[in-house]
Amino acid sequence: MSVYQKNEVNEVETSRTLSLVVDNQPGTLARVIGLFSGRGYNIESLTVTEIDKIRNLSRISLVTRGTSMTIEQIKSQLLRIVPVHIVRDLTLEGPFIKSELALVKLVVKGANRVEALRIAETFRARTLDVTLSSFVFELTGKPSKLDAFVHLMRSLGDTEISRTGVSAISRGEKTETKLLDQI
Amino acid sequence: MTLNYINGAEAVIKALVENGVEVIFGYPGGAVLPLYDALFENKKIKHILVRHEQAAVHAAEGYARSTGKVGCVLVTSGPGATNAITGLTDALMDSVPIICLSGQVPTHLIGTDAFQEADTTGISRPCTKHNYLVKDADKLCEIIHKSFEIASSGRPGPVLVDLPKDIQLSNVKYVNKISKIDKHNNNYSSKIDQNLISKVAKLLLQAERPIIYGGGGVVNSGPNASKLLTELVNILDCPVTLTLMGLGCVPNTNKNFLGMLGMHGTYEANLAMHNCDVMLNVGARFDDRVTGRLNAFAPNSKKVHIDVDKSSINKVVSVDYGIVGDCKEILSKLVQEVKKLHNQKTVKSKTRWWSQINQWKDKNSLGFKQVGNNIKPQQAIKSLYEKTKNFDTYITTEVGQHQMWAAQYFGFSRPNHWMTSGGLGTMGYGLPSSVGVQIAYPKSLVIDISGEASFLMNMQELSTIVQYKLPIKIFILNNEWMGMVRQWQELNHGSRYSESYTASLPDFVKLAESFGISGLRVDNINNLEATIDEMINIKGPVIADIRVEKEENCFPMIPSGAAHNEMILSSDDNQKDTSDEGLALV
Ligand SMILES: Cc1ncc(C[n+]2csc(CCOP(=O)(O)OP(=O)(O)O)c2C)c(N)n1
Ligand SMILES: [Mg+2]
Repeated sequence: MSVYQKNEVNEVETSRTLSLVVDNQPGTLARVIGLFSGRGYNIESLTVTEIDKIRNLSRISLVTRGTSMTIEQIKSQLLRIVPVHIVRDLTLEGPFIKSELALVKLVVKGANRVEALRIAETFRARTLDVTLSSFVFELTGKPSKLDAFVHLMRSLGDTEISRTGVSAISRGEKTETKLLDQI
Repeated sequence: MTLNYINGAEAVIKALVENGVEVIFGYPGGAVLPLYDALFENKKIKHILVRHEQAAVHAAEGYARSTGKVGCVLVTSGPGATNAITGLTDALMDSVPIICLSGQVPTHLIGTDAFQEADTTGISRPCTKHNYLVKDADKLCEIIHKSFEIASSGRPGPVLVDLPKDIQLSNVKYVNKISKIDKHNNNYSSKIDQNLISKVAKLLLQAERPIIYGGGGVVNSGPNASKLLTELVNILDCPVTLTLMGLGCVPNTNKNFLGMLGMHGTYEANLAMHNCDVMLNVGARFDDRVTGRLNAFAPNSKKVHIDVDKSSINKVVSVDYGIVGDCKEILSKLVQEVKKLHNQKTVKSKTRWWSQINQWKDKNSLGFKQVGNNIKPQQAIKSLYEKTKNFDTYITTEVGQHQMWAAQYFGFSRPNHWMTSGGLGTMGYGLPSSVGVQIAYPKSLVIDISGEASFLMNMQELSTIVQYKLPIKIFILNNEWMGMVRQWQELNHGSRYSESYTASLPDFVKLAESFGISGLRVDNINNLEATIDEMINIKGPVIADIRVEKEENCFPMIPSGAAHNEMILSSDDNQKDTSDEGLALV
């Protein structure tokens, strides 16, 4: 530990899910990512897509890890970025849903094909593409469920994985409409 | 072209005028020719032609910091923009409001590695508060107006606007500034919590060993903030110390002022910080030069932090109360509350605290002995201060020992009169910065306190100084060493002076003469004051080559990795070896 480092050795690092509303313009994502790399914060997952065409806004869902002091820092640093309008800490706010989509290609022949389909069915994966020697499955859900599915598929044959990263939203009737109107 | 339309370049200049710009520091090139063409006819904006784009930004910084206005810069694409990067980083670190306009290759050539193309927004992203690449001429005016809002609101900083040449030439309908509060301001203007103010006021009044520590944020908040801070100090009759960036907020002559704190701060300031029971930080950011070893920083104190930037609070030091907002607004509320409570309650007696502080003062940590004929650098600054304190004097500095000596021995009685590169520590800052200050205050005495090595970093600006007849005094503490580097090598690396000797120096007097300005030299203490007098009396610019003691060290000092109460006062001080962790620190 450096002598200039904060005294927070006893504090545990936890995973946090942040939800940002930002201007959909070039450079915004670069600033957000640059903040994390420049200041040495972790990014475990990041997704970004436009959510409001008229107001030209995007949502960034971001999973990071750190002590509560670091997370507070991350949130206030994010708010300093001019095109970042809303920073919500979903983990802190209450119950929320985290979901992700995975596309999994499996190259498989013989008896394992039946096994692959059985597993896919158990996980409620959709089969999007079939050839005599391969499948492409689509699966959505919690990241841990996707991890488990990918793990099983890997043991059956050669795989190729494409995952979207986590998208998140709070449970219940609370919305951001008021906050968005202030932008 | 219809009547209502002007070209993009003209719109930019018009927008600058609308935002109150009177001076712009710049250097031309292919990608900004339309802008220079628009400037050619313009009577409202004075263009100052610097000799290097880095200097343009530092000049704008000097202008901004001495006036409180936004500093404005114009550079060409590619090398013009990359040269400006050091200045922008400096402005970001020290929270200086700057607008930097850069030329860019035409939009259809962006991404083709065109001549003098650089990814300027990419390169400058981490060193600006915000930046824009203007791809749509319709948005041009709005972007310029917004840039000014962003640069000057909240925690000020540099904003870069990259302007492709075709945008500068396209037809634009001029759009006036709509003065609405920028949405980004909402982040800062959190309503001040009166409850919190009254808690803090009580804390301060009940403290037995309080200290106030003020920083550059007080200067940025405007002269009123400095007045309010001084008022608070006086009501509470408590000690106050200032960071390098905050010097001048409380007059040096105030009896409660303990001098600067931090690595080269006074013994009394650092020990008072270490032993306080309540600390009020106003507009400073617990920089590592100030705190020393964090796990031993003011260990038994309750801490309050006022800052306009929420991310500064709890960044490196956890505080008990954080108040986000503009210093002057919060200070005014706090002063009111303290006054109110002051009448009702008796303040805790601070007699013991002050007698303790006076004992620390008796150490006379800034004492030095001027013996023999050689000029002690400390004496040079002291004499300079004595000779100039009755003028409206503005000081800029470079970076090194001379900078610290200036901070220690020159007295600052007002804010905005001290321009130094604090956060980035940029050698070469002082000379161009003095250009900006002198442009803003043509009649005032502007002095760049310089080191011979730092001077060489931006000495091309002598040419600018001559062109605009700026009567800047360049006061070089010439020790023939990169003194601060030499000092660290002496203290931490067994006096192995690797590459820190400033060899092959020019004859500074002849150098001055070659630019047609005055050069002075002094190497004997008996002639020091006469030389300073002569320098001040010369109407035009002067280079004063002050030959000082070569191997003088800057003390007192908190060795890197040490705590406030582990200061060393001189080379003979029984010093421990710097810890391994300390050695790794900058
Ligand atoms: C651009 C830049 N390069 C390197 C440094 C590292 N550095 C800090 S002080 C210093 C020596 C400065 O020498 P001089 O200007 O003669 O000042 P002195 O310390 O001798 O007063 C150096 C090299 C710096 N601060 N800035
Ligand atoms: Mg030197």
